[in-house]
Amino acid sequence: MIKQISVFMENKPGILLDMTKLLSAKNVNIKTLSLADTAEFGIARLIVDNPDGVAEMLKSNGFNARTTSVLAVEVPDQVGGLAMVLEVITEAGINVEYMYGFVEKKHPDKALLVFKVEEVDRAAEHLKSKGLNLVSKDDIS
Amino acid sequence: MWNEKIEKMPADKLQTEQSKSLKSLVNLVYKNVEFYKKRMDDFGVKPTDIKDINDISKLPFTTKQDMREVYPLGLCAADKKDIVEVHMSSGTTGTPVVNSYTLEDIEIWSEVMARTLAQGGATSEDILQNAYGYGLFTGGFGVHYGGRKMGCFTIPISGGNTNRQLQVMRDFGSTLITCTPSYSLYLAEAGKEAGMDFSKMPLKAGFFGAEAWSETMRTEIEAKLHLKAYDIYGLTEIIGPGVAGECEAQEGLHFFEDHFYPEIINPDTGEVLPDGEKGELVITTLTRTGTPVLRYRTRDITYIFKEKCSCGRTHRRIHRLLGRTDDMLIIRGVNIFPSQIENVLLKQKGIEPHYLLVIDRVNNLDTLEVQVEMSDDLAFDSIKVVEKVEHDIAHALHNELLISAKVKLVAPKSIQRSEGKAKRIVDNRNI
Repeated sequence: MIKQISVFMENKPGILLDMTKLLSAKNVNIKTLSLADTAEFGIARLIVDNPDGVAEMLKSNGFNARTTSVLAVEVPDQVGGLAMVLEVITEAGINVEYMYGFVEKKHPDKALLVFKVEEVDRAAEHLKSKGLNLVSKDDIS
Repeated sequence: MWNEKIEKMPADKLQTEQSKSLKSLVNLVYKNVEFYKKRMDDFGVKPTDIKDINDISKLPFTTKQDMREVYPLGLCAADKKDIVEVHMSSGTTGTPVVNSYTLEDIEIWSEVMARTLAQGGATSEDILQNAYGYGLFTGGFGVHYGGRKMGCFTIPISGGNTNRQLQVMRDFGSTLITCTPSYSLYLAEAGKEAGMDFSKMPLKAGFFGAEAWSETMRTEIEAKLHLKAYDIYGLTEIIGPGVAGECEAQEGLHFFEDHFYPEIINPDTGEVLPDGEKGELVITTLTRTGTPVLRYRTRDITYIFKEKCSCGRTHRRIHRLLGRTDDMLIIRGVNIFPSQIENVLLKQKGIEPHYLLVIDRVNNLDTLEVQVEMSDDLAFDSIKVVEKVEHDIAHALHNELLISAKVKLVAPKSIQRSEGKAKRIVDNRNI
């Protein structure tokens, strides 16, 4: 399990730029960023080093940020990688709220799939029992 | 003119009538209404102190809160078996304001509404499309009684269902329309889209009330619907529509003074102001028995014209409403206080009671957006969590206040805080 930062944003021009400028000024490297949006608001989801510290920093600068536990599963970067993981999750009857993926610098042949699920602990146990490689925060760089 | 003898009655004679009515009213409520007996005793005024209409200022006021506290029938001065109808204010949390009517009260209502319609040129030849809501709201029935009294071909179509409104207007050849001013513009737009040419329709007058509007809006309504637009005034606490209305001169609204006595007071001191000075409108029902009301504080701001009207009617006129002494909002004809919205918000989960109400008019219909701060601990990471909170609040607002609002969650502490009175309302309506 890893921690992701979620930032709630009103749909206003420039707000994403403001946040990324702040992160760059504070020397925070964004490993990946995924955006969810509705007509009214957006949620930016970020993977960074030291998520707790960065979330606090964002809050103290007026951003509405919080951390959320998500599953990060390492799969070979090849056809069928995502389907294989989803199959395992589905057979356990676990509902995926959202997901996104990115490729790590350290292992360019591997993809990291990030899942937000209900019952995160049970999902983690299940994935591990099926031999999938769950990543912890120290594995990401 | 519907009732020339009364409407053109010389001022001194009218005052004599008012004095007579006020004396009977005070005797009646002192005898039959526990609330007023106590209120007058506490105030140190006896029925015998009231000798003519000018003594009205010796009487205590009645507030909306008073009327809620005596719910449901605490102001009724008639025998309960003589009550034939009841109406209630809409859009209030907790206790509504009730008005109960005897048959005589309904007759008064019919009379003042017939005058209202006649002031805009209505006759028994007219086809009246009554698009005010029928039900507990006073608008539909009040207009209906007036139309029936006058002998109009009255169509009780009630509010909403725009396509049917247009169809009925075309097929029956409606000559009069009654609805809120904003809805009339909505009808005009919808009719135009449906290919209707209002310049070729028989519509001649519209009677618009239940919400604030302006001269600019009048010009627009008259141009789009090809009719004369008349402002009418009324409120549930007094009787409903039919308290005052514009005549053909369209310079202020004649108060039907033989039944409803207007005063203008300084809202801070309660002191009565002379005609011509702006202040809070206070109304006494001189002749009603189902729900008689002494000196009701309307919170509406206006003034009474000093000049006589060119139409020859002697009943004094008030200026169209100039505002409120409180923060009451009128949204699509429904009266709402921000505190009522606050009360609904306080019961909701996932938010803090810091809110901003943004009111606008889109396609001639009022819209309300409730912006409210999410709690610090709301798991907003999931869109469905945010949307559920918004949906639950919208649902509660609709259930408890009968209003449709768009709810928008915003970040904690993002709504501006201010010292003292918070700025909770942004009204973008250009009226």
